[in-house]
Amino acid sequence: MKRLNLIAAAALTIMATATAMPTGLRAADTVSLPCVCELSGAGAVSGTNYRDGAKMAAEEINAAGGILGKKIVMTDYDTQSDAQTSRALVQKAIDAEAYAIIGTVYSGSTIVNMLVAQQNGVPQFTGSEAPNVTRQGNPYIFATSSSSAKGVPGLTPYFKDTLKAKKIGVAWVNNEFGKGGHDVFVNEMKGAGITVVADVPSEQGQADFAADVSKIKESGAEAVFVYLNEEEAARFLKEAKKQGLKAPLVGEVTLTSQKVIDLAGDAANGAYAHVGITVGANVPAVQEFGKKFKQKYSRDTDHNGLKGYIAVYAVKYVTEMNGSLDQEALAKKLHGLTLDVAKYPGMLLTTSWDKTGEMSRESFMTQVVDGKQKVIGTVPAN
Amino acid sequence: MAIIPKWAFILVGIVLLVLAPIGQGNYVALILCSWLMYTIAAMGLNLTLGYAGQISLAQGSFMAIGAYITALLTLSGVHWLVAMPLAVLGCFIVGLLVGFPALRVKGHFLAFVTLAFNTLVVLVLRNEDWLTGGSYGKSNMPRPDFWLFNTGTKSTFLSIPLSSNQKMYYLCLAVFIVFALLMYGLIRSPWGRAFKGLRENPIRAESLGLDTRRLTLLAFAIGSAAGGLAGALVSPVVQYIEPNSFALQHSLRILLMVVVGGSGFFFGPMLGAAVVILLPEFLRFTEGYYLIIYSGLVIVLMVYSPSGLMGVGSRIVAAVRPKRVARTDMKEGAQL
Amino acid sequence: MAQFLQVLLSGLATGSIYALAAIGFTLLWQAAQTVNFAQGEFVMLPAFFVLIAMGLGLPLPVALLVALAVSVFVLGYLFKRLIVEPMKASKTGGGLPLVIATMSLAIFLKEGVKEFYGAEAQPYPELVSGGSWDVFGAIVSVTDIAHLAISLGVVVLLTLFLNRTRTGRAMQATAQNPDVAKILGVDTKRMVLYTFLINAALATLASFLITPFYLAKFSNGEYLGLIAFIAAIVGGFNQIRGALAGGLLIGVLDNMTATYVTAEYRAAVPLVLLIVIILWRPEGLLGTSEGRSV
Repeated sequence: MKRLNLIAAAALTIMATATAMPTGLRAADTVSLPCVCELSGAGAVSGTNYRDGAKMAAEEINAAGGILGKKIVMTDYDTQSDAQTSRALVQKAIDAEAYAIIGTVYSGSTIVNMLVAQQNGVPQFTGSEAPNVTRQGNPYIFATSSSSAKGVPGLTPYFKDTLKAKKIGVAWVNNEFGKGGHDVFVNEMKGAGITVVADVPSEQGQADFAADVSKIKESGAEAVFVYLNEEEAARFLKEAKKQGLKAPLVGEVTLTSQKVIDLAGDAANGAYAHVGITVGANVPAVQEFGKKFKQKYSRDTDHNGLKGYIAVYAVKYVTEMNGSLDQEALAKKLHGLTLDVAKYPGMLLTTSWDKTGEMSRESFMTQVVDGKQKVIGTVPAN
Repeated sequence: MAIIPKWAFILVGIVLLVLAPIGQGNYVALILCSWLMYTIAAMGLNLTLGYAGQISLAQGSFMAIGAYITALLTLSGVHWLVAMPLAVLGCFIVGLLVGFPALRVKGHFLAFVTLAFNTLVVLVLRNEDWLTGGSYGKSNMPRPDFWLFNTGTKSTFLSIPLSSNQKMYYLCLAVFIVFALLMYGLIRSPWGRAFKGLRENPIRAESLGLDTRRLTLLAFAIGSAAGGLAGALVSPVVQYIEPNSFALQHSLRILLMVVVGGSGFFFGPMLGAAVVILLPEFLRFTEGYYLIIYSGLVIVLMVYSPSGLMGVGSRIVAAVRPKRVARTDMKEGAQL
Repeated sequence: MAQFLQVLLSGLATGSIYALAAIGFTLLWQAAQTVNFAQGEFVMLPAFFVLIAMGLGLPLPVALLVALAVSVFVLGYLFKRLIVEPMKASKTGGGLPLVIATMSLAIFLKEGVKEFYGAEAQPYPELVSGGSWDVFGAIVSVTDIAHLAISLGVVVLLTLFLNRTRTGRAMQATAQNPDVAKILGVDTKRMVLYTFLINAALATLASFLITPFYLAKFSNGEYLGLIAFIAAIVGGFNQIRGALAGGLLIGVLDNMTATYVTAEYRAAVPLVLLIVIILWRPEGLLGTSEGRSV
């Protein structure tokens, strides 16, 4: 019986080697985690932070012996922030034997290229936050931060119980990122019995927010949900200050970020935001990460650096749990998994994925006080 | 050169195009697909620009219209072979509607009208969610099944394994060859000669009894229809379309292909599209500097050889064989 | 009412800056028949010269002057000398190839700033700052008023310069008929150069005024260029006051549409306006029809 087992094991090994052989020797001693990111074009800031965060994790893991003793090789693929290029590059990365894809950050790109990863059965760790990314029934896509479908509902009790608002305004950017958040938000408000009295979409890159702010001011909204990209958020805050908009401004992720504070100056003071993860969060591991990042790249990172970082650690932890470089097993295992930060310090915060690849973890309520982002409360994972 | 006939070159070219993706990965097949698609769109624009002398900045939006018509029809179960001609026809009609008023006034206003039209199309595609899916776009368009040749699946042909992407390439190639033949026929026809006459000397053309406005309009509409054809291929190849990938920059890119290749040269757009699509592959090592280098080179090219790369080629030929002087009046028509 | 006034005044303030970029556009068109597709980038770039100069430790006023000098040299002199002049000189280069060259120049400047300065938006100091007034319920800042005043002042000064001074009239003669101007002893080359320098200076001024709101970012030119372009055509491609009217009209119309009609299609309004004007009155609202067709 024992001999039979041995023969079977040997046969299996030979078969496995035989099937693995054509893929090249490289696959045997390294793990390829290509980074398909927005390294140029409009998304360059987010994409570069995501890549550098991932790179930092890869180097740490390699220094500590790699994944299952194999070193991580990370190749950059620049999508130029273009959806169709990103699709071709994910294909290229998969042709080059990718174990998992790290990226992309732009939702518009991820929606396109995740089809390719799915067809080839390659797990993909996206930085995108649009809810429709994880709603396609794709078993290989995994978010590295909560999408607005998770994040925005976290705000509902704040509007309902803390601010006690009955009428609310929403300013959002009219692209797939903004629309995703807007749709979730409007639904949430309906459920909470709050009336949306001003629903103001704006163009990406819009500079003049006079009309937007005046519409909200006129509507008598008691609080405003601001779902804009960083620059537009800064312009909105400036215009709101100029027109003397009194209602509290509440955002998701961007509104209290350092970039917005730098750009808007004192107009940012008093703004609130719900943030998934932030370098400013009162969590030693996260602050430590921020310091290391700054030391290595001599600049600060936004939350995208953190996302890229945990993506690579998640690959490591789950692969080592499975004990083999099996892509299907990696994807299967991640669904419904919780990685406790006490046991898996690379995750920085305890993180869970549901069966759609959507992720969830503790998040924070922040406010800008004297030009600094302050954490004013914690929102539990949902 | 006279010993080897022209058709022999073209035959060798076709054989090379057929062999190109064999043994290569999916990525190469996809890149080659986008090269052919852009070549078709750029050849259409070349008719408008290079032969009829009109600048259009809306080729991207015609690709969009073609792609959305094809996507909506194929997603509702219509076969691609039916959807494609409808997309082409749709773009032809829209081309007539856009070109007619613009060409009524002074010639170069077509450039401004098409520039505005392109952005308007993108706005409509984004805002009319009920039809176009808004900023989420349309995805999962089926790849056509031609009974023996189902582009949606893998198979082997003469013991050569063909992936779905490689089959899509052959579909693009077939469409491209048929399209190029039709285009060649058109340019050689009396109409084509009339287009050239129009570009080289509009006043003379008019005095010879050519209805210049109707001809220009026709050239513009046919060029737009070619954009629609390229769009009809984009749908099944990329299987995802959204408004922003057809924005104004996209049209500029196609315009650059025509000009870099050499407007008014039949094969110019092939070369121009190759430069725009394939060059980034070779210049990948330059990282972010790629666009700086590329745009810098285009400026230099425009300053020293306004007739594009094909112009550089014929200059070299002219230098080696001084007897055949290139007709300088060929270049003049494309002025703004 | 307060809202209407608010939107109107904000629109005028923004529109006045569009007008500055549009005026340069029309000047170049008149003097050199050059449609400058990089005009937006010409407005984007000077702000970065200011930031670089300030990064070197210069105080703001000095940095502004340095930026003005550098911009006038690079965007005026070098632009003419290295790109426009050689292309105009060649028989075939003046038309489409020049359009393509300026489009490429736009990409070149944009990508250059992104690579060498950074892709993120940067805060930028306000040229004029101060409080704000409440005018019948609308909030008007000192900055808004200053923008309007500066733009109007520039248009008046420029018109005076072109109509009342010898150089100005020589420039106009060059624009209208270079051959005759030459025969009459006008140094037409120099006049064309002046036009390029003035265009660069206007773009720089627009840059100083608009960047505090737009924030300094490499992609600022995309929208600005398009709007300047539309403002110039709508107002009248061959009239300075036309460009001013076009700029103000678009600024107001944009805000009015977003407030009272539709925010989704606000970006469509200037475009539809452009198409309507081209079909209905191709010479522009205030323009006079041009004898020559180029």
